Amino acid sequence: MSARDVRHLYVHLPFCAHRCGYCDFVTLVGRRDGHGAYVDALVQELELERGLLADRIETVFLGGGTPTFTDPAALARLLDALPPADEVTVEANPETVTPELASLLREGGVTRVSLGAQSFEPRLLEVLERRAGPDDVRRAFYHLRDACFDNISLDLIYGIPGQSPSDLDRDLSAAIALEPEHLSCYELEAKPGTRFTHAWGDELLVQADAMEAYFELVVERLVGAEYRWYETANFCREGRQARHNVGYWLGRDYLGIGIGAVSTVGGLRWRNAPKLAAYVSALAAGKPPPRDLEELDTSTRLRERLMLGLRLDEPLALAEVGAAVDPEAFERLRRLGLVREADGGLALTKRGRFLGGGVTAELFVENPAKTYN
Amino acid sequence: MPLDRIRNFSIVAHIDHGKSTLADRILELTETLSGRQMREQVLDSMELERERGITIKAQAVRVIWKGHQLNLIDTPGHVDFTYEVSRALQACEGAVLLVDAAQGIQAQTLANAFLAIENGLEIVPVVNKIDLPQADPDAAAREVADLVGDDVAGVLRISAKTGEGVGDVLDAIVERVPPPEGDPSAPPRALVFDSSYDQYRGVVAFVRVVDGRFETRQELRAMAAGTRFEAEELGFFSPGRSPTPTLEAGEVGYVVTGLKDVSRLRVGDTLTSARGGAAEPLPGYKDVKPTVFSGLYPTESDDYPELRDALEKLKLNDASLFYEPETSQALGFGFRCGFLGLLHMDIVRERLEREFDLDLLVTAPNVAYRVFTKSGQEVEVHSPADMPPDPERVDEPYIRATTIVPKDYVGTVMELNNDRRGRFHHMEYLSEERVMLAYDLPLAEIVYDYYDQLKSRTKGYASFDYDIIGFEEGDLVRLDVLLAGDPVDALSLVVHRSAAHARGKALVERLREEIPRQFFDVPVQAAIGSRIVARETIKAKRKDVLAKCYGGDVTRKRKLLERQKKGKKRMKQVGQVEVPQEAFLAVLNLDGDKK
Repeated sequence: MSARDVRHLYVHLPFCAHRCGYCDFVTLVGRRDGHGAYVDALVQELELERGLLADRIETVFLGGGTPTFTDPAALARLLDALPPADEVTVEANPETVTPELASLLREGGVTRVSLGAQSFEPRLLEVLERRAGPDDVRRAFYHLRDACFDNISLDLIYGIPGQSPSDLDRDLSAAIALEPEHLSCYELEAKPGTRFTHAWGDELLVQADAMEAYFELVVERLVGAEYRWYETANFCREGRQARHNVGYWLGRDYLGIGIGAVSTVGGLRWRNAPKLAAYVSALAAGKPPPRDLEELDTSTRLRERLMLGLRLDEPLALAEVGAAVDPEAFERLRRLGLVREADGGLALTKRGRFLGGGVTAELFVENPAKTYN
Repeated sequence: MPLDRIRNFSIVAHIDHGKSTLADRILELTETLSGRQMREQVLDSMELERERGITIKAQAVRVIWKGHQLNLIDTPGHVDFTYEVSRALQACEGAVLLVDAAQGIQAQTLANAFLAIENGLEIVPVVNKIDLPQADPDAAAREVADLVGDDVAGVLRISAKTGEGVGDVLDAIVERVPPPEGDPSAPPRALVFDSSYDQYRGVVAFVRVVDGRFETRQELRAMAAGTRFEAEELGFFSPGRSPTPTLEAGEVGYVVTGLKDVSRLRVGDTLTSARGGAAEPLPGYKDVKPTVFSGLYPTESDDYPELRDALEKLKLNDASLFYEPETSQALGFGFRCGFLGLLHMDIVRERLEREFDLDLLVTAPNVAYRVFTKSGQEVEVHSPADMPPDPERVDEPYIRATTIVPKDYVGTVMELNNDRRGRFHHMEYLSEERVMLAYDLPLAEIVYDYYDQLKSRTKGYASFDYDIIGFEEGDLVRLDVLLAGDPVDALSLVVHRSAAHARGKALVERLREEIPRQFFDVPVQAAIGSRIVARETIKAKRKDVLAKCYGGDVTRKRKLLERQKKGKKRMKQVGQVEVPQEAFLAVLNLDGDKK
């Protein structure tokens, strides 16, 4: 573990007013009375791990759950305890964003807000069991602008049961009209065995067939509106990349605190257990919370570097990842016009980016040791 | 034991008519086994035999009943093993013909009864399962009596399950089955009616002594194969091995030979003493030839040596299994295997997978073709890929198929047989309700999806059996499949010219469904020679991404891609196209269930 070098900090705030049907994050509904104790525990974990962090860190990301559903006093205390950073992002659900909350965030040093819009179509928001309507999204957006936030991201989901291509087109128009600095667009991932998948099985199959056209539409509309398609699912105005997430995609180390949070430092990755009570009581006793450890060997790290790096629109230095790349597969994919070599770097072509997962899997060298010979 | 105190018999029956249960009851009643030692289907020792309720290897067990030595020779009942059955029947003087009181005579009953009658056996007709509520013992007894030309009164009625009437069966065997004939003072002769392989003691031959006497430690000779060996042990089954110093004329038992290779002592051969032995072998030895072939490939190409070892071991116990190395561009290294029939093929595949823990890819089965080239040569072709492009003439094996159905399904079966190039031979009413149909059909038509069709079109009421009757000329062509322009040898078929277009079309449609979309468009074509007869296109994938990937997802997403990579590795690379293993089975049931 390289101490005092980690420049990216993730903080998990699991509380939500309600669990959306499709959600698979670590979330806890209600429990308002527990927010203060949880924040105490977060601060304690940060204190325990502070030795890992660089003197000046680059980014902090508060994700959830619904971070903005956290009790305001507890949230303010947390923001106050966090180390200063160039970019501090908070995820927010539209219905939680009031003028008061916006200024609380602003005063707490938050520089960027990621707003979970998902759709502007009431019918589809209902399918997703989202509480906010389209006007709530707009209202939240303006409250944030009023509080002088000049870096706002909107999340959209496509492939929602009942969605048509023209629904998606209208969602994209509505999002573009708000002129956010950043957009994240994900296909709906319905996990097998969940209540949501059970309820929408057949319609999910219909949507799966339409997914490739949706993805093409998203890229076409947003690139057409002069957003940069800088990552597989992320679009931004020039210079407005999500710096925290770019850290992940560049394979940088990060510290995650809170239940279910993952850290990767050096060759070690650990995940805090997702149980609230065990987390709070361990830290109250001054001990680290229960964790799963995963050791990452060199070849695994290289594969991850390749997988994450190829999500970005800039070439990946072959000197760095070459050992993870199967040269025959590279040549085959190059002939198919899916990958290219640019300035000693490996990059996906435009069509290659639409097939990035499959292309990456194919590029994985079978036995990394082989290429060292 | 004097000859007149010996009775050798077998039980012939259709599958599930209660043969193994009757054998179990006989062992109990004669106190050959105590109740404590009893388990279901004692004689079917292979796991597969118990599960499928069939007998694959013959067994011989000696029981004592009222001062008589009765030797029960349990035979495989299925058409694929007709030769083994006929050898086993030759070792007997009588046969219990067992018929289910609810089902009456079925196709295998007929085939086996005829075999027994042809071998000159005294038939003891028995109707079983009279305890079943839906049993109609009178109707079944009438059918059996008609079949064997006997009086209905002579048909025994029993329940092997409850044991009712089983003693009467044993009495009838003693009374009606003639004792064996033979010359106790002549040079020894014994018929080998089956053999098994014991990894410590080598080949164990199951024999029926006809003349003279065999002694332990005697030097013996197999007359057809010319193999010499010492009789390391003689004995009989009860039902485990019981060693005995001698085996005498009329008796049934085993000989431990110490031979390490089953092919040196084949079923049907005659054993005699090496010195002063018999001059003439017993009649009827025949070298059985495989009729159905398919390619067996390991799913993981690294498993090739394991597959080779497993085939060697199976062959020790199954002399009729044929195999030779084969290389396919699409599937890599494997074996072309020959089988006695479809059931035999199925059994071999299952034993390889279960007993040797192998994952196998089995190509669509085909028959053996006799090909006459323009240069006047005759070659036997075991694989469609080896079929020469422009032969002078191709002959294919024909069968006589016997189907028994309720009369309402006669039209249905005729239609199916006519579709499959069948020629009507004759038809017979077994009773007012049930009809026996005999057709001559190309074996290739049975190999392809026939059983499933017969079963579904007759709602399972048909029973079916066949005999190979010879080779006939056929207007046959080789149908090739091309993926992205490259021919795929493992998907080639030999089909009748009239069916080539329809099969080609069905095949490319099926492959379009089975082969996942790739990074580029893949044309799928069926061709006869250079002529394309059908074409489909598998459209290129337009999207294959992980929706999102952040700090908390990395491990899971990486594993997803690693699995995706592994999945690709399991596919077979055919030119530029990745083909899943299942696609190679697509040719098996083109009209069957679509996914």
